[in-house]
Amino acid sequence: MMHSATDMAADPRARATRPEGTLVSDPDDGTELLEVSMGPHHPSTHGVFRMDVALDGEKVARLKPVFGYLHRNHEKLGEGNSYLASMPYTDRLDYICSLTNNWAYALAVEKLAGQEVPERAEYLRVIVGELTRVQNHALSVGFLLQDMGASGTPLMYGFREREKILDLFEALTGSRMMCNYMRFGGCRVDATPEWLDATRKVVAGLPGFADEFEALLCTNEILMARTQGVGILKPDLAVSAGITGPMLRASGVNYDIRKVDHYSIYDRFDFKVPLGDHGDVYDRFMIRLLELRQSIGILEQALKDIPGGPVMDPKAKIRNFRPKPGEAYGRIEAPKGELGFYLISDGGPNPYRYRVRPPSFVNLTVLEDMCLGHNVADVVLILGSVDIVLGEVDR
Amino acid sequence: MKTLEEIKAAIEAAVPGAGVEIVQNPGPAAQHSLRLQPGSAFEVAKFLRDDAELALNFLSNVTGVDWPDKEISEKVKVTRAVTKTVDGVEQTVEETVEETRKRVEPGYLEVVYHLFSMTQKHGPVILRMRTENRSDKVELPSMTPVWRSAEFQEREIFDLYGVVFRGHPDLRRILMWEGFKDHPMRRDYVEPDDYDYEPTAHDAVLAKAKAHQAAQQAAAEKGAAQ
Repeated sequence: MMHSATDMAADPRARATRPEGTLVSDPDDGTELLEVSMGPHHPSTHGVFRMDVALDGEKVARLKPVFGYLHRNHEKLGEGNSYLASMPYTDRLDYICSLTNNWAYALAVEKLAGQEVPERAEYLRVIVGELTRVQNHALSVGFLLQDMGASGTPLMYGFREREKILDLFEALTGSRMMCNYMRFGGCRVDATPEWLDATRKVVAGLPGFADEFEALLCTNEILMARTQGVGILKPDLAVSAGITGPMLRASGVNYDIRKVDHYSIYDRFDFKVPLGDHGDVYDRFMIRLLELRQSIGILEQALKDIPGGPVMDPKAKIRNFRPKPGEAYGRIEAPKGELGFYLISDGGPNPYRYRVRPPSFVNLTVLEDMCLGHNVADVVLILGSVDIVLGEVDR
Repeated sequence: MKTLEEIKAAIEAAVPGAGVEIVQNPGPAAQHSLRLQPGSAFEVAKFLRDDAELALNFLSNVTGVDWPDKEISEKVKVTRAVTKTVDGVEQTVEETVEETRKRVEPGYLEVVYHLFSMTQKHGPVILRMRTENRSDKVELPSMTPVWRSAEFQEREIFDLYGVVFRGHPDLRRILMWEGFKDHPMRRDYVEPDDYDYEPTAHDAVLAKAKAHQAAQQAAAEKGAAQ
C-alpha cells in the first residue's frame, strides 16, 4: 500500500538529498562534516531564521531550515476574532506587502459570503496591489545585492523608490506599511483625484527607475559571476514542491495566477508573464526586474481607465457579518507567490477555521535542494533569491 | 475541467475499491470536495497527479481541521408499558413519551488538500481525509512522496494538530520547538499558565492574571515558611 524508497528515487520530482552518510569528498581521507548553525541572527536571513548546515570543506552537504521564532499562531488568533477583526492582522503576515495580504483575505471572504465588488474598488485594488509588487521587487533585488556584498547603493536605490510608494499608501490608507485598506465588498476609503494624480506622477517616474536599476545591475560582472549557475531549481521539482511566484517562473514554468484564475479585473489589462530559462539566482533576480516593468504597464492602464462610482458594495454587511455555513479557498498572485486563504464558516461571527497559505513558507521547501554542493557563501544568495519574509513563514 | 462526478468515476475505474465520497459545500463558493479513504488515498493521489487529462501536479495548500467530539441531544419518541390506575382498576397501558437523549458523536482530525494543475491550468480539486479519532488513531498517509509541497505543510499539521503522517521523510515539529508537548491549534487546547501578565490586563485576562498572581503569591509564602 505504501510507497518505497526506491520508488521515490526514480522519480525526477523527488528530493535531491544525498544518501545518508555520503560525503562530497573522499570519505577515506580522514575528513568529517562540520555542522554550522547559520542564524538566527545572521544578517542575511532577513529576520530570525536559522539553517542547520553540514559542511564538507566549503561545500554544503546538508541544510535544514529551522524557523518558528516569530510564531504567534496567527491562525488560532483568526479563529478567535470576527472576520473583519482579522483584516489588520493580515497586514502583519508579509509586512512588506500588507495590501496584497488584505486583498487575498478579502477575496477569500467574498467567495465565502458570495459578495460583489464595485468596479472602482477593483481598479483601486489593482493599483495598490501592483504598487505593492513594484516596491517589493525593488526591495528584494536591493536586499539580494546587499547580501552579495554590494553594500548600500542598490538597496538604497530600491528604498528611494519604495519611499515614494509608501508615501502614496500613507496618503490613501493612513499608514505606510500596516495599511488595513480592503474590506469585504470593496475598499475602506475612496482615492481622491489628487491622490490619483500623485500616483500617476510616481508611476511616470518608475520606467526611469527601472532603466537605471537595470543599467546598474544586469550586466555587472561580479553579479553575473556570483549568481549564474548558482542554486538551480529544475522545473519538475519546482512544480512538485508547489513553488509559486517569480521563483517558479524563473524556472520556466508559465503559471501566473493573474492569468490563470482571471480574478478581479486582470483580464482587462495587457501584460506579459516573463519566464526564465535556467532557474538560477540570476534568473530569479532578472524575473523580478522584468515583472516590475510589467507592473508599471498595468499601473499605467489602470490609472488611465479608472471609472467613478462607489468603492464599497452598498449591500455589503459590516456589522453582524455571519457568512452561511460552507468553505472557500481564495488565492491571489502576491509579489512572493500564491497567497491563499482557506476559510470554513459554521454560520457564526468568527471563522471556524482560518488558514493562510503563505508563499514564502512553501517556497522554502526546496532551499536544501538548491544549496547542496554549493559554497557556503552562495547559501546567502540562494536564500536571498527566494525572497522570504519571516512574518509570513512563521505566522 | 471534468466535473467532480466524472473525477470520482475516473478514480474508481483506476483504483478499484477506492471508496471516494463527494462532500457538498453548501456555501456560495460551491467548492465541493472528495473524501478519500486513508487506505487507498496514496494510490488515488498518484493517479490524480499522473492522469494526462487531470494532471493535478500542483498541490497548493494543505490544511488541518479539528472537529472535536460533539454532544448531540435529540428528542426521541419512546413507547413503553406503564402501569396505571384507571377508574380504581390497575391496568397496563401503552404510552408514548418524548425523551431527550444525549449521544456523543466522536470527533476526528481532518486534512484538506487543494490541488491545481499547472499544465492544464485548472482547479481546485479538493481532497479530504479523516483520522479515526483525535487521540490514538491519528495516522494518515503522507502525500509528500507524491507532491513535495506537502513536506513542510504536513509537518506543520503534525506540529499544530498532531496528525501523524505515515511515510513522511522527515516528520518533526516545525513552528513550535522540539520538546513542546500538546498541539496548539486543537480546539480544546489550554494555554499553560506560565507567564506573568502585562499590567494592562483587563476583563478575562485580568481574571486570569489575578488567579496567576495568587498562585505565585501562595507558592512564594510556602517557600518563605519552609
